[in-house]
Amino acid sequence: MLFDLDKIFGKKKNSKDVAKDRLKLVLIHDRANVSPQFLEMIKSEIIKVISSYMDIDESALDIQLTKTKSDDGENFVPALYASIPIRNIKKSGK
Amino acid sequence: MGEVIVITSGKGGVGKTTTTANIGTGLALAGQKVVLVDTDIGLRNLDVVMGLENRIVYDLVDVVEGFCRVKQALIKDKRYEGLYLLPAAQTRDKTSVNPQQMMKLCQELKEEYDYILVDCPAGIEQGFKNAIAGADRAIVITTPEVSAVRDADRIVGLLEANELRNPKLLINRMRIDMVKRGDMMSIDDIIDILAIGLIGVVPDDERIVVSTNRGEPVINDEKSGAGQAYRNIVRRIKGEEVPFMSFDNDQGFMIKLKKLLGLKAD
Ligand SMILES: Nc1ncnc2c1ncn2[C@@H]1O[C@H](COP(=O)(O)OP(=O)(O)O)[C@@H](O)[C@H]1O
Ligand SMILES: [Mg+2]
Repeated sequence: MLFDLDKIFGKKKNSKDVAKDRLKLVLIHDRANVSPQFLEMIKSEIIKVISSYMDIDESALDIQLTKTKSDDGENFVPALYASIPIRNIKKSGK
Repeated sequence: MGEVIVITSGKGGVGKTTTTANIGTGLALAGQKVVLVDTDIGLRNLDVVMGLENRIVYDLVDVVEGFCRVKQALIKDKRYEGLYLLPAAQTRDKTSVNPQQMMKLCQELKEEYDYILVDCPAGIEQGFKNAIAGADRAIVITTPEVSAVRDADRIVGLLEANELRNPKLLINRMRIDMVKRGDMMSIDDIIDILAIGLIGVVPDDERIVVSTNRGEPVINDEKSGAGQAYRNIVRRIKGEEVPFMSFDNDQGFMIKLKKLLGLKAD
């Protein structure tokens, strides 16, 4: 069993670390939005890779930049979310 | 042939005008011929920060509209040899000037002056586009706050999209006491996030308010920390290598270490 001393004594994270984490997250979104091609590029690369293993529905492929709770459940971290409908998995895996 | 440097930030109130006035004065004191151009049309301020508000006859819009010659609109600062101000128009708006006109104006000024400093308005609209149009270099100002750093990042992206590569960062209103207790992002934190080169760090300094009250740039104030920081920035702009003053924990440690080892610190 591990004790998180900071939590027990109710010590908060430095406000500057909070600021830095929030900034990093918001900038990932800002920077991705600055270049609209960014997600499209990722999308076409993903299609290329997955297609050699599976038959996917390209038109229904959805990819987004979001955030998710980190492992320690304290912070948010950026996450790439991709929903890729599979039509069929190729037998040989190739 | 002179050089055009735009002072920009995205967010308002972070110190663009104060910085333009101080760097300009510093360059003039260093023997350079300098023109300060206020492009904040409708919200001009560089004139009052410089203490030249009573001497305005013509302005930037008069010049680009051909109503007067550039020379007629330049206000000569009698205190500093070689320093001139081209004030913004107060009763017009940002659309009274376009980027082509700014480019032409900067080209003309470069023929005769060593440095043209362009004080940029807040925002990323027409005023920003005008201000960067004729620029060779850019200085991006931020304060150590989330909103200002975020806007600075956006500005860096827009500058690069407009072929203004390698903008330099100026961090203003740094408070070492707050950094020490973990309540303000340090220089390293900000550089880490923005990933651009640093031109200088100016402390939060009440003498700036005093100097602005008087219309006398703080760079002349020997006792002011901000004045010292601006003097260093001027030397860096002229191409000198000047070590950075210590502001945050890590650097403070390095300097102590250097002192211990007998190496000279800043
Ligand atoms: N380093 C500093 N310390 C204290 N006050 C400052 C400092 N830099 C700027 N200020 C103050 O902040 C305000 C905004 O500065 P200004 O240069 O007008 O910003 P901007 O041109 O970016 O809108 C002014 O009142 C100025 O006196
Ligand atoms: Mg201003």
